[in-house]
Amino acid sequence: MQTPKTIIQKIWEQHVVHQEDGKPDLLYIDLHLVHEVTSPQAFEGLRMNGRKIRRPDLTFATMDHNVPTRQRLVINDPISKKQIDALQQNCQEFGVTLADIHHPDNGIVHVIGPELGLTQPGKTIVCGDSHTSTHGAFGALAFGIGTSEVEHVLATQTLWQAPPKTLNVKVNGKLGTGVTAKDLILAIIGKFGVQFGTGYVMEYTGEAIRTLSMEERMTVCNMSIEAGARAGLITPDETTFEYLRGRRHVPQSEAFDEAVAKWRALATDTGAAYDAVVEIEAAEVEPQVTWGTNPGMCIPITAAVPNPADKEKPTERDEISRALSYMGLEAGQPISTVKIDHVFIGSCTNSRLSDLRKAAEVVRGRKVSPTVKAIVVPGSYNVKLSAEKEGLDQVFKEAGFEWREAGCSMCLAMNDDIVPAGERCASTSNRNFEGRQGNGARTHLVSPEMAAAAAVAGHFVDVRKFTAQEVG
Amino acid sequence: MEPLRTHQGLVCPLNRTNVDTDQIIPKQFLKRIERTGFGQFLFYHWRFDDNGKPRPDFPLNDSKYKNASILVAGENFGCGSSREHAPWAVQDFGFKVIIAPSYADIFKNNCVKNGILAIQVSEEHVQMILKKAESEKYTLTVNLEEQIVYDNEGFEIKFGIAPYPKQMLLNGWDEISVTLSYEEKIKQYELKPNLAN
Repeated sequence: MQTPKTIIQKIWEQHVVHQEDGKPDLLYIDLHLVHEVTSPQAFEGLRMNGRKIRRPDLTFATMDHNVPTRQRLVINDPISKKQIDALQQNCQEFGVTLADIHHPDNGIVHVIGPELGLTQPGKTIVCGDSHTSTHGAFGALAFGIGTSEVEHVLATQTLWQAPPKTLNVKVNGKLGTGVTAKDLILAIIGKFGVQFGTGYVMEYTGEAIRTLSMEERMTVCNMSIEAGARAGLITPDETTFEYLRGRRHVPQSEAFDEAVAKWRALATDTGAAYDAVVEIEAAEVEPQVTWGTNPGMCIPITAAVPNPADKEKPTERDEISRALSYMGLEAGQPISTVKIDHVFIGSCTNSRLSDLRKAAEVVRGRKVSPTVKAIVVPGSYNVKLSAEKEGLDQVFKEAGFEWREAGCSMCLAMNDDIVPAGERCASTSNRNFEGRQGNGARTHLVSPEMAAAAAVAGHFVDVRKFTAQEVG
Repeated sequence: MEPLRTHQGLVCPLNRTNVDTDQIIPKQFLKRIERTGFGQFLFYHWRFDDNGKPRPDFPLNDSKYKNASILVAGENFGCGSSREHAPWAVQDFGFKVIIAPSYADIFKNNCVKNGILAIQVSEEHVQMILKKAESEKYTLTVNLEEQIVYDNEGFEIKFGIAPYPKQMLLNGWDEISVTLSYEEKIKQYELKPNLAN
């Protein structure tokens, strides 16, 4: 009998081009996603060496990091414009399909890949972007790479990769009412730390994972990198297949059924062994808010900011003290008392239609606190249009949110959507690093529902109670 | 890529854990389309205050560490974004070797591609080196072939590194050229009916 295998091992074995002693495996790449920030030096490398792109048909580019969200076509920053123009020229010169800012498919790379059906189970997917782990939600092996590797994939459609260790993240039971996929992944990182996934590919399993929608699964897999894992994936199932059916780049009609049969066979075999396993009880997860300067520094909305004095290790005490000082918080302060100045609903973590629907439900008929500046940035042009069709833009606008064009925006503030120094933002993005949303900006990561509730209340608030009562 | 066999250099201590790539090279400097010139922006907001003045308490601004080429830091160095601008900045500033208890996977990988040796040793050893470097001008020598780091006072530790990155660094290989010598294999693979296509 064959040894039972994980989905990670199955995908790996199907993609090995070459193996030899003393070298990692040469792995074939099925889909290479490209954006403007991490690709110009790679294209330049090709040009300098007189090399071509091996498989332009497996390469797909978008512009997302630098794009403006106020007026889609007006790029004020000349250096941003240069980078965007460079991608345009590179794609033209090397024959790569590009969803530029004029294109109806434009959007954040990790939103449009799934949207267009480019992302599929069993594929190896790379992009010069650490949140490529998002695509693992479909049962793809998807990971971020550096620019040298981008150039390598462009030239060879392969990468030298050592087989990863496998880590099973088991989520037992069901999430409580008002507790989201974002809370789950934050709680996982809070519990096990920002590097428990280093060196591993994670597979999320368990009842709570199975009941998540595709968009919720993307939120979970997206932040695998925040736990240190380059990739995190979920075995595909009916939810996956139904999401993909009919999308532009997936096989159609009978060919789709054949593809589904192959995708089903990817499921981790019963009894397959992982190199490590961690478990968490979904019912114990509460809505989360980060208080510090990395995503592992998070607490339930019902809790208080930690005290460095409670930690034994000096390095940990230092890290917490520095984070509190940067964030302008006091040890022991209940997180729900922390007032905010900005709300950002968007990013490759939480900018899809269902995220916007859930946030809109919270703000419907309510008003953004007069002290808060709140923006919604849809993940793609398609998400924006779909949301507008449902009237979500009106809900947000009537509440006092700004309704913007698609892009990465305030997640990393490479365009002009910047949180000013010393100001505080409730953000649905993925990183609360120092200066991430602007030099000196203070970021608190939350779910779209929690961000929406905070926008109305002007401070963090437990969305479970918030939705149950009328706001006076 | 320049080969790296042995290196002797002054140690600069950075006693912080979970140093993310947003700190190593803040996003406003990612807009350049060249590979060079990032060193001036390394740890920008830790090195400079809001007026662009050097912060005197940051080690990279301490004259004691001028021309240091070995950076020593706490665990999970280079976490966060995949931006290769981070190792480009580290290298352009003058660092050839990093020593830490652990690294983020993508950062470590990016280092190898640029000829930077990211050495992983125990937290205890890192703390010893940090302490030394914080109190005096401290020089270490690295021998990649032998996989050892040592000083002039008898301190010596062995470090692990996988054979492939070791060869890459020792020889300064252009990885794409290496891979293109396997082009036949890639072609054969592409002829197979692929699950994903």
